[in-house]
Amino acid sequence: MPQAALMPRTTPSKLIWLAIAVGGASAIGGIALHRGESINAIWFVAAAICTYLVAYRFYAAWICARVLVLDETRATPAERFNNGRDFVPTNRWVTFGHHFAAIAGPGPLIGPTLAMQFGYLPGTLWILAGAVLGGCVQDMVIMFCSTRRDGRSLGQMARDELGPLGGWAAMIGTMLIMLILIAVLGLVIVNAMKHSPWATSTVLGTIPVAMLIGIYMRGIRPGRVLEGSLIGIALLLVCVIGGGWVDHNEAIRGMFDWSGESVAWFVMIYGFAAATLPVWLLLAPRDYLSTFLKLGVVFLLAASILILAPEMKMPAFTQFAGNGMGPIFKGSLFPFVFITVACGAISGFHALVSSGTTPKLLANERDIRMIGYGSMALESLVGIMAVIAACVLDPGVYFAINSPAGVVGKEATAAVQAITQWGFPVTVDQMEALAREVGEKTLFARTGGAPSLAVGMATIFSGTFGNALLSMWYHFAIMFEVLFILTTLDAGTRVGRFMLQDILKHFWKPIGDVSSYPMTVAASFVFVAAWGYFLWQGVKDPLGGVNILWPLFGISNQLLAGIALSVATGILVKMGKAKYAWVTGLPLTWLAIICTSASVEKVFSPNPAIGFLSGAASLAEKLAAGTLPPERAAVAPQLIVGQQIDAALALFFAVVLWIVIIDMLRMSLRMRAGKPVPPLSEAGYVRTTLDPDLVAVSH
Amino acid sequence: MRTKLNGLAGGLWRYLREATGDDAYERYLDHHRAAHAGEAPLTRAQYYTKRQQEKWSGITRCC
Repeated sequence: MPQAALMPRTTPSKLIWLAIAVGGASAIGGIALHRGESINAIWFVAAAICTYLVAYRFYAAWICARVLVLDETRATPAERFNNGRDFVPTNRWVTFGHHFAAIAGPGPLIGPTLAMQFGYLPGTLWILAGAVLGGCVQDMVIMFCSTRRDGRSLGQMARDELGPLGGWAAMIGTMLIMLILIAVLGLVIVNAMKHSPWATSTVLGTIPVAMLIGIYMRGIRPGRVLEGSLIGIALLLVCVIGGGWVDHNEAIRGMFDWSGESVAWFVMIYGFAAATLPVWLLLAPRDYLSTFLKLGVVFLLAASILILAPEMKMPAFTQFAGNGMGPIFKGSLFPFVFITVACGAISGFHALVSSGTTPKLLANERDIRMIGYGSMALESLVGIMAVIAACVLDPGVYFAINSPAGVVGKEATAAVQAITQWGFPVTVDQMEALAREVGEKTLFARTGGAPSLAVGMATIFSGTFGNALLSMWYHFAIMFEVLFILTTLDAGTRVGRFMLQDILKHFWKPIGDVSSYPMTVAASFVFVAAWGYFLWQGVKDPLGGVNILWPLFGISNQLLAGIALSVATGILVKMGKAKYAWVTGLPLTWLAIICTSASVEKVFSPNPAIGFLSGAASLAEKLAAGTLPPERAAVAPQLIVGQQIDAALALFFAVVLWIVIIDMLRMSLRMRAGKPVPPLSEAGYVRTTLDPDLVAVSH
Repeated sequence: MRTKLNGLAGGLWRYLREATGDDAYERYLDHHRAAHAGEAPLTRAQYYTKRQQEKWSGITRCC
């Protein structure tokens, strides 16, 4: 990239960028310094968009020009291996759409929602800073590395560039993050669907709809994705309305009034079925539907926030930031806000899509900035919208929905009393009226983020489009969240099964045969049982499960980001760019700090609500002393073992991260000392023959 | 003005088709004609099934 691309060339363009920078800085300053009743959500949108624009225009451009030195004359893997299927040089906007749809999952909606228990400020600042300095950089640099290496995956790059140890760490780390991710997402679904006949019947209805569309797209009108999806979306809306009908019909609503345990069994059976059925029947069609719905809802939410310009009612900080006794998860601001926000700021998972999948579509290296950095900036904006949706609720309502019964008490009166005492006034009448309006029996203790997000979104939507139909909007939002959580869940179970087979074949060769149906079934069963164990533990946990599982998920996701950034830093050093290694080294250092302190705190904290070991010990003590109520005593032995396993897992995550970091540092030091290191595995230069402007949409 | 609007609508429609993979089979046929002239291409249904199978064997969705 020529030097001139780094700085604006003309005076008007300099002035525009100055205005954007000043505008962004004042919006952030306004948010940070504001103390009072409420602040308008538009400030958040303005602060975010200006931050992304400035970072994209200057920081990302600088990285591309000076650090990565993108070469637009160099043929990409898509051009060199074009096979008309997965390797296809693709228009940059189309690739942007694919990449964004792939990275935007439920994480950036749920994480920021949960993090709002600290108040709006810490989460918001981390979403912005974490994205432009960490997440976007990681996605872009990994995409670059993979593009220069024939579109290889993160695991392969770790093996090639760092050595077998790094490769193993990446492989096992990826599988474990998948396991915890699926368990925690399953728990989010359970807490949204339990004792909600409307939500349950709607979600059940989406399964035959997906299968019908699957049959349509394969057998009736093969490959007609657009028309199939449109029919499917229409049928999904019918499911939402049908759910309302079920809910109002006393004779059948009881059939769909499931306990948390029943929903958990449903999720497990469903995950197993989806992973073992042919993909065209359930997984592929449902992914089309959820992707359409996801993009549609994101745009609708953005438009609604701009039209409605709602006020944020959450304070900048709550007392939980300091005392660490928040009801949704325990632990103080540092390190837990960074662990909780997860995907909205930096997500190691993205490195798996940025390597392997998207590089096979890139028509030209110069698109890496827009697709790698730009998509993540947009994802971060989705995180900011989740912040807004959580903070437009009265804080009392937010805490009433999200506080588990084990923290505030089972009875509504006890719960509102506890929450009001924290300084967030809420009444039983208010909660009952809200539950009636959204078509639920109760909204108390629906920990996990999905229901409070749905209430927030429904409030924004119905405020924009007219006040009626709050219940329809709520259940539409729930259906939308559950639908794409289920997509992540069964796509994850499927890939997790492949990974498990890949690892186990080193010990017993036949299990590695992915085309053998018995092996498929066996590996799927083992993988579902593994995440099902953690899900079950979360459902049984009186503190809501989220307190245990979400931090574990956050740590594992940051661990994966740490591995990706280590690989990237190692590659930069080997490329002779050691003086720029801080570009990935700095976010890596920060992740290492938060990941390690969170793991240590989750394992060793003497506070039984935070530390797994002290939690297990205190439960064992109470069980022995006979002070537990009978229903808690019955599950206590399971929970004790569960917490010990969680402790081992958190410790293992921290150890794996440090193994990879040390491996990378060792390699970099050897390099500096002139000792042999694994050679740079970059593919040779081939000059492109494509005119990138011609890779336009052509049919 | 009218032709401009038509052009825009056509562009959007083509974008939508390509982004969703609605025209993937036509693109595959183009590629096949150019790269493997003379061999019989997959049918639309075969292509769709094969493509889905490949797509869902790797990590294509995040959290």
